[in-house]
Amino acid sequence: MKVIYILWLRQLKRYYRSKARMIGALGQPLLFLVALGFGFGPIYQKAGGGNYIQFLTPGIIAMSILFIATFSGIEVIWDREFGFLKETLVAPVSRFKIMIGRTIGGATVSVLQGIIVLLISTLFGFRPISIYLLFVSLIFMILIATLFTAVGTAIACLLTDMHAFQLIINFFIMPLFFLSGALFPLQGLPTAFTFIARINPLAYGVDGLRATLANSAQFGIFTDIIILSGITFIFLAIGSYLFSKMQV
Amino acid sequence: MDDIIIVKDLVKEFDGIKAVDKISFSVKAGEIFAFLGPNGAGKSTTIKILTTLLKPTSGEILMKGYDPAISPDKVRQTFGIVFQDPSLDDELTAFENMEFHGILYHIPKEIRKKRIEQLLKIVELWERKNDFVKNFSGGMKRRLEIARGLLHHPSILFLDEPTLGLDPQTRNHIWSYIKDLNTSEGVTVFFTTHYMEEAERVANRIAIIDHGKIVAQGSLQDLKKKTKTSSLEDAFISLTGKDIRSEHISSMEQMRMRRRMFRR
Repeated sequence: MKVIYILWLRQLKRYYRSKARMIGALGQPLLFLVALGFGFGPIYQKAGGGNYIQFLTPGIIAMSILFIATFSGIEVIWDREFGFLKETLVAPVSRFKIMIGRTIGGATVSVLQGIIVLLISTLFGFRPISIYLLFVSLIFMILIATLFTAVGTAIACLLTDMHAFQLIINFFIMPLFFLSGALFPLQGLPTAFTFIARINPLAYGVDGLRATLANSAQFGIFTDIIILSGITFIFLAIGSYLFSKMQV
Repeated sequence: MDDIIIVKDLVKEFDGIKAVDKISFSVKAGEIFAFLGPNGAGKSTTIKILTTLLKPTSGEILMKGYDPAISPDKVRQTFGIVFQDPSLDDELTAFENMEFHGILYHIPKEIRKKRIEQLLKIVELWERKNDFVKNFSGGMKRRLEIARGLLHHPSILFLDEPTLGLDPQTRNHIWSYIKDLNTSEGVTVFFTTHYMEEAERVANRIAIIDHGKIVAQGSLQDLKKKTKTSSLEDAFISLTGKDIRSEHISSMEQMRMRRRMFRR
């Protein structure tokens, strides 16, 4: 336990101390929130969708968690390239514990970032529907964060260097985000699109956050929780397996 | 003296290419052992195998009586290592880096505190214990890594190019710490270096590896006698057919050197 704790603490200290990274990571979600929220707000309202900021905010929270979580998973490459990973791998500690400690650390940081986005969004007029459901939304944040930290770790174990990084952002993270229903409702879209959204784990995270924060679910909160936790478990298993097989 | 590291017929293949080709050697407890060879000769691969980071294709290894393939955690407890590239967390303080290591090696809190203080004082970093590692010079980082490597009382200390990229004064300084610790802690030192004069000065015994094979091993006198030369540098050239420093540097090495310069 102590080992997992110190790995977790390290991630938190790094996050806390790097204010530039913390603020930098807020830039993109806030830009999306302001530009899209106010830009599409009137049209959305006219089309009968209601308050767009209310609809958009859960999606933006999911987005910021998606990015930070995936990156903190991929940070394994960084640590591998710049040596620190070796320090943990030659220690008399199982790789599983190292992976779990890192994942919990990365997930904690991502959830914190998600909460900050949530707080800031209230300045732009977002209002959570209930305090009680706010705590349920935390479960979704934790699930999204854990899932994508594990996904990031798995990707990092498969890559040999950072060159594929841009590829991952453009062909993996961005599509996951845009095709998750974070920015627009999934009702009435072409079948192919709906199908993609249905196999996109982030869609269930976005849906769960929207259900608990803005009261407009599509799949239903229980479907969301079950599918999301199932996928999270699978990716934790894949991530730990790949991490245990990784050679440095 | 007992053999603390025994390697017999060790082979490591990468996609059919033998990086390490049936090497055998042993290191005696308490000695300073130099492991030399040109770039790409198999030094780092051998160290990675000994330190459980890579699995050998075949061969036998015993580290203080333990087989890394059977009991990796036992083996991991027996050694400390300073890697070729810095492996500190720049965004933690010197003390936090030590503390992190101590917890990973399951050292109880009270002992950990005392031991960290003792080692940081030896490498003269106690005054700077709360400074971030990113503000340290190259020499200070190396000293901290050596102190960290010794925190859990290992029997063996691996040093992979401990002085690469450092100026001559700092290099001397680092070696005087290592020699002192070798005596006071009784720790066996296994090191690689590109500086022949360092190996000549500090090593009790030397092994030279080239193209994955050990081409010579023994004391400095043995090597000089065998090659009928007067210095280790000449012996090395005569054994491997090249000067250790003048060969072609791969782009990876160049990047590494540049990064090193940039960071230090």
